[in-house]
Amino acid sequence: MTRKQRRLTIIGGSLAVLAVAAVLVLNAMRDSIVFFSTPSMVAEKHIAAGRRFRLGGLVQPGSLVHGDNLAVTFEVADGSAALPVSYKGILPDLFREGQGVVAEGVLDPSGVFRADTVLAKHDENYMPKEVADALKKQGHWKDDYGKKPAYNAKPAATQGASR
Amino acid sequence: MIAEAGHYALVLALALALIQSSVPILGARLRDPALMNVARSTALAQLLFVALSFAALVTLHVTSDFSVVNVFENSHSLKPLIYKITGVWGNHEGSMLLWVSILALFGGLVAAFGNNLPLSLRAHVLAVQAWIASAFYLFILITSNPFLRIADPPIEGRDLNPVLQDIGLAVHPPMLYLGYVGFSISFSFAVAALLEGRIDAAWARWVRPWTLMAWIFLTLGIAMGSYWAYYELGWGGWWFWDPVENASLMPWLAGTALLHSLVVMEKRNALKVWTILLSILAFSLSLLGTFLVRSGVLTSVHAFASDPTRGVFILLILCIFIGGSLSLYAWRASSLKQGGLFAPISREGALVLNNLLLTTACATVFIGTLYPLALEVLTGEKISVGAPFFNLTFGPLFLPLLIAVPFGPLLAWKRGDLLGAAQRLTAAGVAALVAVAVLWAWTRGGGAFAPLAIGLAVFVIAGACSDFAERTGLFRAPFATAVRRARGLPRSNWGTMLAHAGVGIALIGIVCETTWNSEYIGSMKPDDVARIAGFELKLDGLTQRQGPNYREMVAQFTVSLDGQPLGVMTPSKRNFTTRGMTTTEAALKTRGASQLYISLGDIAGGGAIAVRIYYKPMVLLIWFGPVLMAFGGMLSLSDRRLRVGAPKPARAMRGLQAAE
Repeated sequence: MTRKQRRLTIIGGSLAVLAVAAVLVLNAMRDSIVFFSTPSMVAEKHIAAGRRFRLGGLVQPGSLVHGDNLAVTFEVADGSAALPVSYKGILPDLFREGQGVVAEGVLDPSGVFRADTVLAKHDENYMPKEVADALKKQGHWKDDYGKKPAYNAKPAATQGASR
Repeated sequence: MIAEAGHYALVLALALALIQSSVPILGARLRDPALMNVARSTALAQLLFVALSFAALVTLHVTSDFSVVNVFENSHSLKPLIYKITGVWGNHEGSMLLWVSILALFGGLVAAFGNNLPLSLRAHVLAVQAWIASAFYLFILITSNPFLRIADPPIEGRDLNPVLQDIGLAVHPPMLYLGYVGFSISFSFAVAALLEGRIDAAWARWVRPWTLMAWIFLTLGIAMGSYWAYYELGWGGWWFWDPVENASLMPWLAGTALLHSLVVMEKRNALKVWTILLSILAFSLSLLGTFLVRSGVLTSVHAFASDPTRGVFILLILCIFIGGSLSLYAWRASSLKQGGLFAPISREGALVLNNLLLTTACATVFIGTLYPLALEVLTGEKISVGAPFFNLTFGPLFLPLLIAVPFGPLLAWKRGDLLGAAQRLTAAGVAALVAVAVLWAWTRGGGAFAPLAIGLAVFVIAGACSDFAERTGLFRAPFATAVRRARGLPRSNWGTMLAHAGVGIALIGIVCETTWNSEYIGSMKPDDVARIAGFELKLDGLTQRQGPNYREMVAQFTVSLDGQPLGVMTPSKRNFTTRGMTTTEAALKTRGASQLYISLGDIAGGGAIAVRIYYKPMVLLIWFGPVLMAFGGMLSLSDRRLRVGAPKPARAMRGLQAAE
């Protein structure tokens, strides 16, 4: 086999693998990407029931209701709209009323967001970055959301997820 | 006083790094051995001063000197001693100091043990190391100085993030950094080779042990991090395809590819240009990991800092080093001589395939990790790319790789015999098919995926065993001969077999855990019994306890299997008063390679507590596999071949160098 043939084999093989990879990536991009939404974006865009997305906002104070067998319901609000959320399971350590939350799941036909994952993926200011950005964009950001506990503290972040 | 001394030592280290980054290069241009030898002494002195600086920060943390901002923000006088020490790198400033300390350590090691290197190559390598070091010293001194004082010192510190108050912090970051930063050596060697315009098989021989060392530490660091997340975060997951995790996986994939292409280069003097590119990529991805984790673009347990100037500074370092090295590569790579010829079906061919699949898999991880960030910057739209994406892209690419793994070591160099290799793998193939059949029958048609995946894993492991049997003549020659041959087998062969078997073992763990994981979630009152996978867990009661810097609520469970008591498990919830944070301490009970896992949720009304119980079959194999891979790497590292024919006694070499 000459050098040229060898090189062509290798280049051909590489291109084939890269093409396969590109197809895989594009296919996966179409099916498995999850968009982030806030309750008011949900109200505007009319997201179809059954489409997976991430919902972010603040847990409405006073809306958390514990049902039987670890079922919980609460409302996620962003200042102009609120969306009821139902979840079954253990809420993460950092879940609090009045604090930021990101939940992943689908809307059911009655308009309730059925979360299968509640992420408490934020720092000790209880404000996920996505939620903070979304609130700022809508003009509902209040400075005390991001208030730092004394002394120019760097937020030490924490992460956890409950499925 | 100690803080100022530490700060001053760091400034001196920067000064030394600046000398080390210029004088040796000048020496190499002028062919002046004295100037080139400056690299060695400055590298060692730099290590000394960074070590002093690091020791100063450790002392400040241990003595709880709250007049230093870093200590105040991350320590507490009641914190146990071990966490006072590990807390040194449990924050942004300290972890960057650890980063440069390890960088200086590697530079010092090259200076101390690189006596067999050509003088000009060593000068170039150490100079490139010093460029990286200078950039990071500047970064620390300008944006993240750990030695800053507070005007009026408080009496008590703000304590370390409770999630980090764990023995994992003592092991995971140093290991991971030894891996990340270890790739700086192969990067420096690559850039030095490009600067010198000369590269040969000897180059690969010098780089290999360093790359292998970095790879071993990175493997262990990732495995350790994964296990830590598994037992500390309380949700029983061990890999979340989180950007931070991907940031460590990408250099690992590139480093694994590099490890294999270096073999081709050393043995066959081929793939030179590609190997250089991989060396650059592996370290670039390590830098990218540092950027993703340290710049605050991501929110995670790893992101301590959200000061934008730091992000911009690291981005600048990233652009200079990645852009600079790739430009140098584009400019000089064509001047490197072409290597030897080989047929597509050969050991080289198999290693090229390995490289191709590993780098492509790495690229898909790269896209999945950076696409959301890029999209947000460009359009402001927020998306998240999670496990499904990676399962659909990474998985299919690893499938052919795993099928090919057993074939590689059985193919001959230059021109291999695929049919012969396949014949020699018949036994492994049969073992895999038997495994598939048995599992499928056992699960009674509960889905074909898991049996097939485990069959593949068995094929990989049995393939490694066949390779061993092939090399020792086991089953063909008398047993005593086989044993004698096994003893005479080079350690690098043992290393290959163990590392490849480790991949298969990890795969078995992953498949078993994801397929046959049983879960019980419910609220339990004292004396309630939960049943899961044949186990009975009775909640005996809840007690409150005071720890050194937290209060905890401990639940005691009595575990029994078929009426046989197995002991107690005590998961707890800790409340750290200083930060007002709660952590969940999971309780684990290991049976063979499987584990029972209990973590607690909130207390609901009526004294009931939310409980999450998992039974995870074969879960420990997920981490045992990487440990075996790392052990294989260590065996390879201790191979005679990497020592023989190289270093003469240091003193004699110094005499030789002077005459050069």
